[in-house]
Amino acid sequence: MSEEKYLSVTALTKYIKYKFDHDDHLKHVLLKGEVSNFKRHSRGHFYLTLKDDHAQISAIMFAGNARKVKFTPEDGMSILVEGYISVFEASGQYQIYINKMSEDGLGNLHVAFEQLKKKLSSEGLFEEAHKKPIPRFPNAIGVLTSPTGAAVRDIIHIVNRRFPLTKIIVYPTLVQGEYAKDDVVNNIELANKQKLVDVLIVGRGGGSIEDLWAFNEEVVARAIYASDLPIISSVGHETDFTISDFVADLRAPTPSGAAELAVPSQGDLLQYIGRLKAGATNSVSRLKTEKERALSRQLSSYVFTNPKRLIEGKSQRFDYLLDKLQLLSPKKRLDQSKIDLEKTQKAMQEYYIRLLKTKEYRYQVLLKELAGASPLNIMQKGYSMVKKEKKIIKSVEDLMVGDTLDVVMKDGHVEAIVKAKRKDE
Amino acid sequence: MEEAKTFEQSLEELEAIVKALESGDIDLDQAVKKYQKGMELSKHCHMLLKDAEDVIVKMMKDEELVDLESE
Repeated sequence: MSEEKYLSVTALTKYIKYKFDHDDHLKHVLLKGEVSNFKRHSRGHFYLTLKDDHAQISAIMFAGNARKVKFTPEDGMSILVEGYISVFEASGQYQIYINKMSEDGLGNLHVAFEQLKKKLSSEGLFEEAHKKPIPRFPNAIGVLTSPTGAAVRDIIHIVNRRFPLTKIIVYPTLVQGEYAKDDVVNNIELANKQKLVDVLIVGRGGGSIEDLWAFNEEVVARAIYASDLPIISSVGHETDFTISDFVADLRAPTPSGAAELAVPSQGDLLQYIGRLKAGATNSVSRLKTEKERALSRQLSSYVFTNPKRLIEGKSQRFDYLLDKLQLLSPKKRLDQSKIDLEKTQKAMQEYYIRLLKTKEYRYQVLLKELAGASPLNIMQKGYSMVKKEKKIIKSVEDLMVGDTLDVVMKDGHVEAIVKAKRKDE
Repeated sequence: MEEAKTFEQSLEELEAIVKALESGDIDLDQAVKKYQKGMELSKHCHMLLKDAEDVIVKMMKDEELVDLESE
């Protein structure tokens, strides 16, 4: 066997590398896997292995690309990479050369986040009805965050500018790492026990999803829910949403935003007070104008402008009453009675005179009749009247034989004695 | 006594006064009294805000309040 038939390792490796490098499928690869054996080289390169349940591949990311990665890869993390496959001749290993790296959006943390969110939501921890109002003018604000971070400085600065009447109490709190969740819970409970503040701001500045993770922990969410003090959450940047944000009574996009939500702006307040002042002035002057108008309305009444009319009315009534009174006066009645009396007297006199006249007339008539009926008249015609003891005798029955009679004639008397009597049949 | 009022109390009272005045259903002498009171309150609110020193910042350390070093 000639030695020329044998390839050198280098030659073979070069050939293999050539094959990889010219394969269209391997020139541009999108790969998903879990990080293991992650190492960051002192010169900035990333060395790691990507694996799933059945296979693994070595990976390298050079410093130029690695600098652009926004998170720190950790073993066990699920990531998405873009790169190409080639061979590292020195070790004879094929590997993926990573150009871009991102966290797997549906990685474990994300799944955990979604699961917890769903669970707490179904338990009602996010409900609006449970959210407490933030006091309008807090006397004191509790800030649960790192005492050294930018977040606490931002909050102090903003509160100072907007409403310096408010006091700030900082509860130094671990906001990152494995002890963070317990520290956040303890301080929420401490602040509720102490009751030195009216509202709590709980949060921290920006960071990776792992940095913010304490605020996605169930114990933290439950502590926020159980808090009697209203809580404003402010975790990371505006685009970061944590479970704490959903449970909190109010979510602020940033720590500065939390400070703005916690206290009113004194500029706005001064303007508001100015408006109240103007409103009060307007109201009072309007009220004054109204009352003045009401007063002048009263003064312009005829009672004041033409007081005579008041009396005219009364005087007319007085006249009316006077007339009525006069009608009812007893003098009137007395006068009337007098007149009536006089009338009656006159009538009586007239009646009396008339009666007198009538009587006189009747007397005259009677006198005439009497004259006519006088026995003397009859005696003139030859008749005589027979009397016995002064009584006129009309019948023979009244006479006895022997009686003495007085016979009256027109020119004297004759005494006669009854000799006989006969009665006509 | 008046000076002891907090900003919130003063502002709430001022709001109530303005509301009462705006309703117009008030005696004139009452209105003038309330107006004067309102002016005092608004001055008081102004003063509280203007005279407020820098916000007081304390830190809870071992359940005790200490001053926070503020740069």
